[in-house]
Amino acid sequence: MKRAVRVKVNGTDCDESVDVRSTLADFLREDLDLTGTHVGCEHGVCGSCTVLFDGLPVRACLMLAAQAEGHEVTTIEGVAPPDEPLHPIQEAFAAKHGLQCGYCTPGIIMSACAFLKEHPAPTEREIREMLAGHLCRCTGYHFIVEAIAEAARALAASPKP
Amino acid sequence: VDVTMKQVGQLAMARDRVRFVGEIVAMVLAGSRALAEDGCELIEVEYEPLPVVADMIAGAEPGAQVLHPEMGDNVAVFFETGFGDVEAAFSSADVTVRERFEIQRYVGMPIETRGVVAQWDARDGSLTTWNSTQVVHFVQQGLVSALGLPPHKIRVIAPDVGGGFGTKATGYPEDLLIPAAAIAARRPVKWTEDRREHMMAAGHARHQMHDIQIAARRDGTMLGVRDRIWLDLGAYNSWGIVLPYNTVAHLLGPHRVPSLHVECRGVVTNKTPNAPYRGAGRPETVFAMDRIVDCLARELRMDPADLRRKNYLTQADMPYELGIPYRDGNPLVYDSGDFKAGLEAALSAVGYDALRQEQASLRAKGVHRGIGISGYVEGTAIGPYEGATVRLDASGRAVVATGACSQGQGHETSFAQIAADALGIPFDWVTIVGGDTAAIPFGVGTFASRSAVNAGSSIHVAAGKVRDKIVEAAAALLEAAPADIEIADGVVSVRGAPASSLPVSRVIQAAIPTFAKPGVASPDFEATVYQHQPTVTYASAVHVAYVEVDVGTGAVKLLRYLVAHDCGKVINPVIVEGQVHGGVAQGIGGALLEEMVYDEQAQLLTGTFMDYLVPTAMEVPAIETVHLEYPSPRNTLGMKGVGEGGAISPPAAIANAVEDALAPFGVRVTRTPLGPSVVLGLLESAAKT
Repeated sequence: MKRAVRVKVNGTDCDESVDVRSTLADFLREDLDLTGTHVGCEHGVCGSCTVLFDGLPVRACLMLAAQAEGHEVTTIEGVAPPDEPLHPIQEAFAAKHGLQCGYCTPGIIMSACAFLKEHPAPTEREIREMLAGHLCRCTGYHFIVEAIAEAARALAASPKP
Repeated sequence: VDVTMKQVGQLAMARDRVRFVGEIVAMVLAGSRALAEDGCELIEVEYEPLPVVADMIAGAEPGAQVLHPEMGDNVAVFFETGFGDVEAAFSSADVTVRERFEIQRYVGMPIETRGVVAQWDARDGSLTTWNSTQVVHFVQQGLVSALGLPPHKIRVIAPDVGGGFGTKATGYPEDLLIPAAAIAARRPVKWTEDRREHMMAAGHARHQMHDIQIAARRDGTMLGVRDRIWLDLGAYNSWGIVLPYNTVAHLLGPHRVPSLHVECRGVVTNKTPNAPYRGAGRPETVFAMDRIVDCLARELRMDPADLRRKNYLTQADMPYELGIPYRDGNPLVYDSGDFKAGLEAALSAVGYDALRQEQASLRAKGVHRGIGISGYVEGTAIGPYEGATVRLDASGRAVVATGACSQGQGHETSFAQIAADALGIPFDWVTIVGGDTAAIPFGVGTFASRSAVNAGSSIHVAAGKVRDKIVEAAAALLEAAPADIEIADGVVSVRGAPASSLPVSRVIQAAIPTFAKPGVASPDFEATVYQHQPTVTYASAVHVAYVEVDVGTGAVKLLRYLVAHDCGKVINPVIVEGQVHGGVAQGIGGALLEEMVYDEQAQLLTGTFMDYLVPTAMEVPAIETVHLEYPSPRNTLGMKGVGEGGAISPPAAIANAVEDALAPFGVRVTRTPLGPSVVLGLLESAAKT
């Protein structure tokens, strides 16, 4: 069964007909070809599929696409628009070796976007508490913590509009 | 070593019998994943229960239910080995200690599950398959035998892969089934594993039992070790002697022990087949050894650091021949290192004496902290080779193809550094191509901490050959002696004549024939090298864990974790650091959280991330590292492998720290993971004795 869904994704209005049983993650990946949103467990634990839903981080694997009707979704592809330099959080991940395989990275960056808005000068403990919603199997988290701290400093020095 | 080994092949789809939960019984193709899953719902399978083998110890006994009738019994691997006079060592010892240790079944668990896409081209009879594997050439060989096609008709590509850790270095039924389905359906077929399937069907790992004894003099000098080892291999003995022998070869590690006797059994059970996972036998064997060393220290009333000081090998002992062969058939000879220096470096960096004082003063206040030490020596970079082709294009940019496949280890960076240095061009002029059988015809793959040494050596030598070709062409073009040609930063010049400088690209272009002239040299700026690596290089490390145990809740908190390690010549310090951190995090998972649990009917009970706990940023502390550098004499750059090491020692170091913290209660830790309920159980049973 299909249903029409109107949703703003990365600033663009989308009018799509989706399977009512499609998750938001599948909709983003399969219908919109936004494959930067990764699917790691489909039961809401690993955090790889995290996207911003009206500015707040959500697990795209735990929502139906139909629930996005009338809402705004930002994925990793929307963090720094094409043809623009990387977002300071992305820059910090590259500079601090905050990723290895990169599979969990988009989800963590989406959470970090929301987190740093609320916590512009986070402590290490606060960063780790936020990160606890994500599983990374490569890095041991150490350099991710450093990357987010670095991103906070960079954002404070030159706030993005 | 006289080995008895039995192997029964696993079919791509079960026939007549299934032997583990997760074995494939049917495949459904549909236009979408959702429809295919609807199709699966329509299949009803009737299973007739058979007696199960759920326990490796019972399964190895005579008269146990036999899993594979053609094997006769469940002991798929058996051997004894050793050296020295272990009988004399034990009969003349002042002290002997014996204990049974079990390390649980835990797994690699990459955050990206497995996936395979296959496309059959009926026009030219060729197959292209994208596979999240660590071993593209191995998958290609499997398809060659299954399909009867020549290798060049089968292209296997492993694009960016989301973590491997060994789990993706083993062959899987889907490697064949998805291509077979694409050929049968005459259209591309895609399969992505979900997490539940991954937990059931992707290679499991670890799970060993050691019945270990150590003999020593009163002053702590070690005299001998005896160990009886059981490994739970799961339903099929997919890897033969690899895990059992790795276990034995790494038992003694940094210690000087003059005699050894080991009896080792690999047992098949009704569980998911095991595959080598980061460390591959080493975390288990180091757990047994470092636990018994701590038990010996307690028996001798010696500080565990002092007991290790007394027995660790030093640089003066190198090269050190252990007395048994390595699994590649060569004698097991440590090539370089100073394990005692590593121990001292770790103890001094962590501030061992100060921690002991802090422990004593807090213990008086009812706060229970403990310090645990573990050391290992790791055969890394198993050969026999990994090739590389280095090729320059007309712009002077380099493409390097290798059989090594990256799953996030940073090959694109480290290999580019090696190539750029040897060629004399900027680092960002180098593109690394790995994980594609079309890029290089022969390869082994990425596992066993082997890529830096094997592929890196071939890249280094091949890039040097290409550089020689540039020098030759430049000498002809600039009318200079080859010995006077310098190449740096992509610019060629004649020594002492800076005005002669030319970009590398100009030299290359001058070699390409035109109608007017033949070119200054052959435009063959390419070299392929398959550097032979007959045996391994020995990396080593000492880990120190500092924990606090809440005796009310059983919670273990890791306060500090320090690693002093030697991986020979370091190519990229940040990447090495990242590898160590990631390995330690997985080891912490094994020490405190992770276990694949089966019930006595061999039913898997841990099928989600709610039951199988992977460490988060709250459980993994900031990891401190000390880098020691003892170059290996066994390759051109002096490198050793570093991918797995971090994962080897945490279970032993943390278990030693927990037992140390709970010393006043007389607790003995014999098993991981040390979750709160386990720790409370240990306290309870210690209180009863």
